[in-house]
Amino acid sequence: MDNSMLLSLITFSPLLAILVLAFVPKRYGGIIKQIGILGTLLPLVLSLMLFANFDYQLDEMQFVEHVPWIEVPIGAGAGGELFTFPISYDMGVDGISMPLIVLTAIVGTMAAVASWQIKRRLKEYFLLFHLLLIGMFGVFATQNLLLFFIFFELTLIPAYFLIGIWGFSERERAANKFLIYNGIGSAIMLLAFIAIIWLVPQVNADPTMSMTELRNVLTSPDFQAMMEQMKPGFLFGLFLALFIAFGIKLPIFPFHTWMLKVHVQAPVPVVMIHSGILLKMGAYGLIRLGIGLFPEQAYSFAAWMAVLGVVNILYGAVLAFVQNDLKMVMAYSSISHMGIVLLGFAAMNTIGFQGAIFQTISHGFISALLFLMIGVIWERVETSQIDELGGLAKSMPFASGILLTAAMASLGLPGMSGFISEFLAFLGLFGTMPVIGSIGVLGIILTAVYLLRAVLRTTFGPMPDRFQRLADAQPLEVLPMIVLLGFIILLGIYPAVLSDPLQETLKTIVPIVTGIGG
Amino acid sequence: MDVKDIFSYDWSYLLPEFIILGFATLLSLIDLFMGKRANRAVLGWLALLGVVLAGGFVISNMQELDEPISYMADMLRVDDFGNAFKLLFLGGVAFTLLLSLSYLKSGEVRHQGEYYYLLLTGLLGAMVMASSADLLTLFVGLELLSLSSYVLVGLRKKVLASNEASFKYVVSGGIATAFTLFGMSYIYGLTGTTNLYEITQRLSEAYASGFGFLVLLAFACLVVGLGFKISTVPNHMWAPDVYQGAPTPVTAFLTTVSKAAGFALVFRLLLVAFIGLFNPDQVSGGGRVFLEELSVYLSIVAALSMIIGNTMALRQTNVKRMMAYSGIAQAGYLLVPFVTLTSLFFEQVMFYLFAYLLMGFGAFAVIMVVTREQQTEDLKAFAGLYHRSPFAAVAMSIFLLSLAGIPVTAGFFGKFYIFWSAIWHENYWLSAIMIATSVVSYYYYFGIIRQMYMRPGSTEARLVFPTGAAAVVAVTAGLTVLFGIVPGAAIDYIHANFNSGFDFGSMLTPGR
Repeated sequence: MDNSMLLSLITFSPLLAILVLAFVPKRYGGIIKQIGILGTLLPLVLSLMLFANFDYQLDEMQFVEHVPWIEVPIGAGAGGELFTFPISYDMGVDGISMPLIVLTAIVGTMAAVASWQIKRRLKEYFLLFHLLLIGMFGVFATQNLLLFFIFFELTLIPAYFLIGIWGFSERERAANKFLIYNGIGSAIMLLAFIAIIWLVPQVNADPTMSMTELRNVLTSPDFQAMMEQMKPGFLFGLFLALFIAFGIKLPIFPFHTWMLKVHVQAPVPVVMIHSGILLKMGAYGLIRLGIGLFPEQAYSFAAWMAVLGVVNILYGAVLAFVQNDLKMVMAYSSISHMGIVLLGFAAMNTIGFQGAIFQTISHGFISALLFLMIGVIWERVETSQIDELGGLAKSMPFASGILLTAAMASLGLPGMSGFISEFLAFLGLFGTMPVIGSIGVLGIILTAVYLLRAVLRTTFGPMPDRFQRLADAQPLEVLPMIVLLGFIILLGIYPAVLSDPLQETLKTIVPIVTGIGG
Repeated sequence: MDVKDIFSYDWSYLLPEFIILGFATLLSLIDLFMGKRANRAVLGWLALLGVVLAGGFVISNMQELDEPISYMADMLRVDDFGNAFKLLFLGGVAFTLLLSLSYLKSGEVRHQGEYYYLLLTGLLGAMVMASSADLLTLFVGLELLSLSSYVLVGLRKKVLASNEASFKYVVSGGIATAFTLFGMSYIYGLTGTTNLYEITQRLSEAYASGFGFLVLLAFACLVVGLGFKISTVPNHMWAPDVYQGAPTPVTAFLTTVSKAAGFALVFRLLLVAFIGLFNPDQVSGGGRVFLEELSVYLSIVAALSMIIGNTMALRQTNVKRMMAYSGIAQAGYLLVPFVTLTSLFFEQVMFYLFAYLLMGFGAFAVIMVVTREQQTEDLKAFAGLYHRSPFAAVAMSIFLLSLAGIPVTAGFFGKFYIFWSAIWHENYWLSAIMIATSVVSYYYYFGIIRQMYMRPGSTEARLVFPTGAAAVVAVTAGLTVLFGIVPGAAIDYIHANFNSGFDFGSMLTPGR
């Protein structure tokens, strides 16, 4: 089969479901749900094809698509001839983005299955849900700065509606906070992007918005030297702008307050997507654009990155310990785990980067599973307050077991994905910054403490009488649990699924970073 | 000048103006002899016919003319700059007429005949403003547009707000006119001519020979006076009251056509007259006064407009007032390319004005229908709109997203394009203000979206759209998305048909 269009197919395949849904009358709720869930299978199958056809030996972009799109006039020469800036439709994946696309497809399908509990305005819900999928696939699949920005913004609008319409009691405030924080992030990102594409023609390179070409220009020693002479600090400013833009998304302390609200107020499937994929767009942006385009600047910032990472880990862990709401525990736990991603980046070596990307993927699965479980519990008892819960293991043993397993994965039990990623990230960091690394490890202990406290208090202990007759997980709920858990364990015992594609890609990034640093 | 000389010009290139003038006269005559109770919708259709005809001739002018044509020493001239703006005005008035046809059915406006031909005279004024290079005719055009719109604003005679709006508009408009004339008189005093191309030479002589202060004073007066039409700070205070009081189609006319005409005048007058200024004391730094000194003042005006417009809009509960403040902010965005002044200037401005025309008219069409049906202009009128008319809610969302500058819409690309050149010219603080205030604007644009989708409305009854308004909404929504996906098509068109270039098109060269 011809794979030349595969990425576009994946990205826009949710359109099929959107088109079909548009013609189904609102009152057929059951059919809409089925279409909504089945519609996500198409990108899932396609992305598994992507995974199967991915060539591990290549260190360059694969499945590349390149179609001219817009020619923007940017000026005229003395003779009246016209200079134009070509913007093309560029797609392509490497070992970093390919796993993220697969993650998006899997978590997307599972979140669609978990949407069984959505009860009102189903048609709009699934329309927006699929629109969100397009945006997420696009972010990971595109190779063009402008398209990246457009897809990034495309995730913003459906997510705003999904939070604001189907969320819990304070949904509108959560949606607003989400919109404004991410709007600021996007604004800073756009500022940096335009400055980048403005810089490149200054060195007589062809104007371009392609990430690969930009990387070649920006990381060339000539360019670095010239910039140091002309505008010292300018490149660092750009890196910092991107760091903040993606730091808001990741989120990095102190830009994290919006995501707490979203995690608590958004409907469960949307939190699965949000925590499982949307936050990962921040990590992806950091490595692809922040570190990828400005390796030298990132290297000089590494110590700060490590400090911020440790702050994230400890801050998230300590606050997770005192929360009374399971959702808040998991939200702070996300902050803590994203700190590990930062630490992996800060290590600035192959192992560290591997750890960071492992953590990105693994946390995508784990947090999706944890929030799914919270949703399952909420469905039955309508609360997620820890002090109101207890003894659930008696009435719903299967679900409690899964919750406990997910928590184990999250705290890094060997044999599951969380262990590999944390191990790699810290191993990388100990190579370069042992002191910060050892402070960060404290976070792992705290993780065990807060997760066990939260989970054990829900599943064991005295059970309120009203929980006696709770039904255990239904088949439709079991399916996403098993699938997500399966991938967590797969990554844990056979990490080569992820490390093999990563290997060659990291070989192209790491030498640039470390080569300059020594 | 002899009478014979006047006939020696080829007047056929001014057909668009003559057609509008003819139709305005015709409409007023027909109105005079029509029965008092006769249905005057036919006048609207007639006006629309005139607009379409004039548009056809503008397009044929564009294709026939390779270089500017000037009449009576640039009293009037037909050039690409003017043609582009004329197309914009004609399109805007066509939309206004379509909206008006459904608006006037309610009978709030008694003087329908006057309504239609005043729209045409206003349009004629706008067209003259875009196609003249002489202070006298520019001023006549400006006044023709202003006087027509003063009356149009007050045509809801039984509505107090409308009367108040009209009165405020006249008074503040009068002050602005005084400033404009004051500035023009300084220019005339310094140069002894009203022809812009002669002014540009003699003004730089005057500047070089020690009258720099007076030149700057004239510039300041003109910026303040002309800022009225484009509603930039410090002359923006009228906009919310007037927009609120005017009949909604007239509000749409003011935000788009009248504002675009103001920009045509500002660009032509300030650019042609002041671009040649040269400061001999600062030869080392280039000494180009406009680019290095005057544009700083303009960028302050732009920045203040963006900040004040976007922050004041946050507090509005009346949707038309909110759009007025949004319009002030948009005027600020539009000044950015004028400040940075690159070879892209013309494309940027035309594309953004075009996008603004689409999203502005679309938004006002929806606002018109919704507020009329709900009998209130409060934001709450939009509550639950999605359940009453999904089509209108989705279209309105497109317009609002476009106004906020979110992809994939024409507004996004327009803003992106402007923003781009601001960065390229290293005007970082202005670009930072532009982007920061854009994020602020998300808040109030999404305020309407929130009402439409997330709040229950007072009724679930279906909202019926009149044909004219529905047509405007459908066309503008479609084009807003289309030019968001393929902005290249519009930019290529602008580029191919209006030969802009490093000299800002033909505008700066005197006619033959």
